[in-house]
Amino acid sequence: MTSNDPTLHVEGVSKRYGEQFAVCEVDLTVAPGECVAMVGHNGAGKSSLIKLMLGLTTPTAGRVRVLGGDPASAAASHIRRQVGFLPENVAFHPNMSGRETLDFYARLKGVSPRGNDALFERVGLEPAAVKRRVGTYSKGMRQRLALAQALLGGPKVLFLDEPTTGLDPALRQSFYAIIAALRDAGTTVLLCSHALTELEGQADRVVVMNRGRKVADGSLSTLRTLAQLPVRIRLTVPTDDLDGLARQVGSGAALTRLAGGVVELACANDDKVDLVRRISGSALPITDIEIVQPNLDEMYAHFLRREAAE
Amino acid sequence: MNTLLIIASKEVRDGLRNRWVVATTMLMAALALTLSFLGAAPTGTVGVGPVEVTIVSLSSLTIFLLPLIALLLSFDAVVGDIDRGTMTLLLSYPVARWQVLLGKFLGHAAIIAFATVLGYGAAGVALSMGEVAVGSESWQAYAAMIGSSVLLGAAFSALGFLASTLVRDRGTAAGIAVAVWLAFVLLYDMGLLGLLVADGGKTLNADVLNWLLLANPADTYRLFNLTGFKNVSLFAGTAGLAAHAQFSAATLLAVLAAWVAAPLAVAVALFTRKQI
Repeated sequence: MTSNDPTLHVEGVSKRYGEQFAVCEVDLTVAPGECVAMVGHNGAGKSSLIKLMLGLTTPTAGRVRVLGGDPASAAASHIRRQVGFLPENVAFHPNMSGRETLDFYARLKGVSPRGNDALFERVGLEPAAVKRRVGTYSKGMRQRLALAQALLGGPKVLFLDEPTTGLDPALRQSFYAIIAALRDAGTTVLLCSHALTELEGQADRVVVMNRGRKVADGSLSTLRTLAQLPVRIRLTVPTDDLDGLARQVGSGAALTRLAGGVVELACANDDKVDLVRRISGSALPITDIEIVQPNLDEMYAHFLRREAAE
Repeated sequence: MNTLLIIASKEVRDGLRNRWVVATTMLMAALALTLSFLGAAPTGTVGVGPVEVTIVSLSSLTIFLLPLIALLLSFDAVVGDIDRGTMTLLLSYPVARWQVLLGKFLGHAAIIAFATVLGYGAAGVALSMGEVAVGSESWQAYAAMIGSSVLLGAAFSALGFLASTLVRDRGTAAGIAVAVWLAFVLLYDMGLLGLLVADGGKTLNADVLNWLLLANPADTYRLFNLTGFKNVSLFAGTAGLAAHAQFSAATLLAVLAAWVAAPLAVAVALFTRKQI
């Protein structure tokens, strides 16, 4: 395969457990150096899809290709050597130290454990912590160790299942910094989350999953256009005369009064610039103006509503 | 091959860390020493008696204890790792599923072998320091007992692995392990005895009975140790039985080995197809 071929290629894949479809007719293509975020609530099929791509399960229908090969085949060892995985609930043996744990996984992957010190430093595990038993680790330290094992051997594909659940904001930032560096180096990153807001600015593309189906796929701005959610403009105005305000800024905006002397105007994305122009042209005694784009949470809710309506 | 060893050595290390190895070895050594010192009490003396007496009492005890230890150690091996989520991570590495299963089994077998050899070996040392001179044939019988004990433990370990791959729930696996122990160690012989009495020797002749004994690893082990060596069968009161035994020691060992290989093979086949 050449450097431009997609690293992940999922074609019409379904996975059925009994009567229940965990994944249903999903198509997904991810290129090298792309960071794709899969969002959806619990049971939406995110983890099931990752398991299929790891070759832990075999699809009921469809085709899964990772780095050009079938991850569930007997000859998948060379694929797995280039794949890193951070599972949703990591459980390391509590009686082993951090170093022993990483050494074990390095040997399994055929990587020299000599590079482990550099990895520990990269994920921010202190040398003192590395010597301690994993059982004494905090959630954040366990997650750092889990990331370290996923990075063993410099993977070409990285699957991160809920990597930041339970991490404090500072840790989350450093987590995403590492992921961004990897992506820039050409690694394909597929990460799942339901902490949608933190994905903004991190993911090149967002895939929305619901009940095993892919309901939306695109960059954040594409999804915004698709969703056609209103943009909200918040004005801090010392007035109670909502009708007067409405007359001055004209039609095309719905007005709501919020707490603290703030008036919110909701309008379509295309009318946004016009509206701002009218506001600045008016003689209103505005002390502050704020433009609020629909966030990922709202977009996600929108796509689920649309899916339910269909 | 290398992968097998990596996984096996991790199992052994886990066993060392959670004190399984220490506990098992101590238990085996304590029992073996007690039996070798007090085993001769029925003959009227307290002290190290003939090796044969120790072999008889020790092998009878092994039949109860070792399968239980092996099953307790192994029933959680697969289902527990799946439950904890460690298996998902492990299988995302470049390892084949048979390597995972066999590696873990090798680790467990090593723990059992270590505990048995060290525990029973300690009793052997005590015996050799006793006043009674021990012949080389007796030592052979003792060594054979240790070796076959390891094999018996491995057989029940394999059965435990099979139980562990068969089900999706740890509790169920534990239940199956207990059932396997009850069935093979306690109920099988009782059932056989009941059958013999009820049948009155009409259809169940010595041939059929011999084959039925091979269908249970615990009985195969018993046959091997109590009828394999003349001096031992004299003390065990099985000299009459030994005269009728139609299986050579090699056959009995082969059957025990088959009891290791067959459940493992089935477990590997199941595990390869399992959707984790």
